[in-house]
Amino acid sequence: MLTAHQIQETLNNHDPLFLEELAHKSATLTRQYFGRTMSLFAPLYLSNYCSSHCTYCGFNSRNRIQRLKLTAEQMQAEMKHVAKTGIKNILLLTGESYKATPLSYLREAVSIAKQYFTGISLEVHPMETHEYAELFKEGVDGITVYQETYDRKRYKEVHISGKKSDYDFRYGTPQRAAQAGIRHVAIGILLGLSDVAQDLFGLYAHLRHLEKNHPGVEYSVSFPRLRTIKGRKFALCHVNDRMFIKILCLTRIQFPRVGITLSTRETPALRDHALELGFTRMSAGSNTSVGGYTIKKADEQDPQFDIEDSRTVSEIVQRLKEKNFDPVFTDWRPIENDLSIVSKPHAACGSSVSSVDKTSL
Amino acid sequence: MNPETTLKTESILDEPLMIAGKSFTNRFLLGTGKFKNKTDLKDSIEFSGTQIVTVALRRIDLERHQENILEYIPANITLLTNTSGARNAQEAIRIARIAREAGYGDWIKIEVINDSKYLLPDNQETIKATEVLAKEGFIVLPYVSPDLYVARDLVKAGAAAVMPLGSLIGSNQGLKAKEFIKILIEEIDIPIIVDAGIGTPSHAAQAMEIGADAVLANTAVATAGHPALLAKAFYLAVQAGRLGYLSQLPPRRNLAVASSPLTGFLYNQ
Repeated sequence: MLTAHQIQETLNNHDPLFLEELAHKSATLTRQYFGRTMSLFAPLYLSNYCSSHCTYCGFNSRNRIQRLKLTAEQMQAEMKHVAKTGIKNILLLTGESYKATPLSYLREAVSIAKQYFTGISLEVHPMETHEYAELFKEGVDGITVYQETYDRKRYKEVHISGKKSDYDFRYGTPQRAAQAGIRHVAIGILLGLSDVAQDLFGLYAHLRHLEKNHPGVEYSVSFPRLRTIKGRKFALCHVNDRMFIKILCLTRIQFPRVGITLSTRETPALRDHALELGFTRMSAGSNTSVGGYTIKKADEQDPQFDIEDSRTVSEIVQRLKEKNFDPVFTDWRPIENDLSIVSKPHAACGSSVSSVDKTSL
Repeated sequence: MNPETTLKTESILDEPLMIAGKSFTNRFLLGTGKFKNKTDLKDSIEFSGTQIVTVALRRIDLERHQENILEYIPANITLLTNTSGARNAQEAIRIARIAREAGYGDWIKIEVINDSKYLLPDNQETIKATEVLAKEGFIVLPYVSPDLYVARDLVKAGAAAVMPLGSLIGSNQGLKAKEFIKILIEEIDIPIIVDAGIGTPSHAAQAMEIGADAVLANTAVATAGHPALLAKAFYLAVQAGRLGYLSQLPPRRNLAVASSPLTGFLYNQ
């Protein structure tokens, strides 16, 4: 694995020819392992109640926004709407409130989602293994949980209060999900929160640790750039397009088979170019507000972050086809999940989470 | 040249490939993943003349008729549904049953992969799934790392063929496992179909020359600039390799053998 210093050197190399070479390598590996396919998914926000105070997030507990939690009927309406666009992979999101959106609420959401979608992922508050096991049995295939930054000091500064301020609990979350049988685990960093090279090093170390201990899980990574929220800025360091693409290519070269997700935070122009270079999954037709698809009018919405690519699913599909990509809607067929899969950490590489965590920083 | 001495390929005797009592004249199998569009897939099937294609159950989208992969596979082709995504025997068994219930037939390629980095098959779990599914009447073609003991167990478990990997799936590295595949060809009496890692037509020809019964390719074709052309090339290479095998290729020697230095004295008296 690359050292933090080597990552830094790569990021510091501003020679356009060097970037072009990285891009070629990255594109070639991506085509070899994924072909010209692009998996599509859509986010669906269930609730914006949150008990954590994260300085950069539109849902943070101190923000005076209208708090909203979808009822079962509202979920039906929202899900039906998204399903009509052809989307089969859904990412259900909430703010991080253990009280407002407890396990029972999430299970109900999943049981409704099963009527409309073949792949169900959650991006919600971190939980314990047995809770993930229950969700897995209910039909959850994927868990998304970003560490946001692997710089402990910075982590503490931007996650001021609430459960999310517990760095170690969050770090161990992907592993707990994997232990519970979850098929797909997505991790990531928010670019702009801290030093990029250190954060990438932390992300790669986290991923290697997970790959060794839970090899059967399909991993994907994402490195969204911090966005404005209703126009307000939060980024602490600037990550320009060249740097963003360099990060993409470097990640692909390090992890040829790992999924890399491209967010609607990026502009259509950048997304269209970046398709060729290493991304394998993208959100489409996204709305980042609770009830944003059918319930709330645009001017009444409180988004988690502003999106840049507001093209509809069919517009994205058309664009993908123009660019010679096969849009993939279905990449999983729900089978009755049971706990026969629960993986045990491998003895040879069973280092504890905290020890890896220390060496990675 | 005397027309009578012209070699006619039609006159070469080759038996069809038999799998579970069904006969196939084309020994090239095609996978359907990673194609940039369905037209390329359709053309590749047509150009290669393949008679067996694999489709991942997870990628079949029943509700989208226009983009449903099955719409692009002619009805006379044997559909070999694969259990891609299964991480243990239980999951592979469930996927196979779903495929049967959905009407995709009984031909199942078992893929049990519990390693997302190398995508190497889990041989033990594959044997377990084979045993259960063969008893349920499935035609089971298990995908495994080439290992003699595993192959023997698969025969006992009721496999219809064994599909050893040539090298890591999607790697285009060719026949890295050649010596181990040769052992399976020697010792196992059900068809040996080399799967995974076949990146070029010459790799496919090589597999057939050593006596494999058939070859499956996917990534190389799907990601080529002109998939249908490569599909055709694979078909021809598989045929060429097969003829090479049937011709009983002369053995390779490491030294030029001009005379008989060790035994010549016997004839020089």
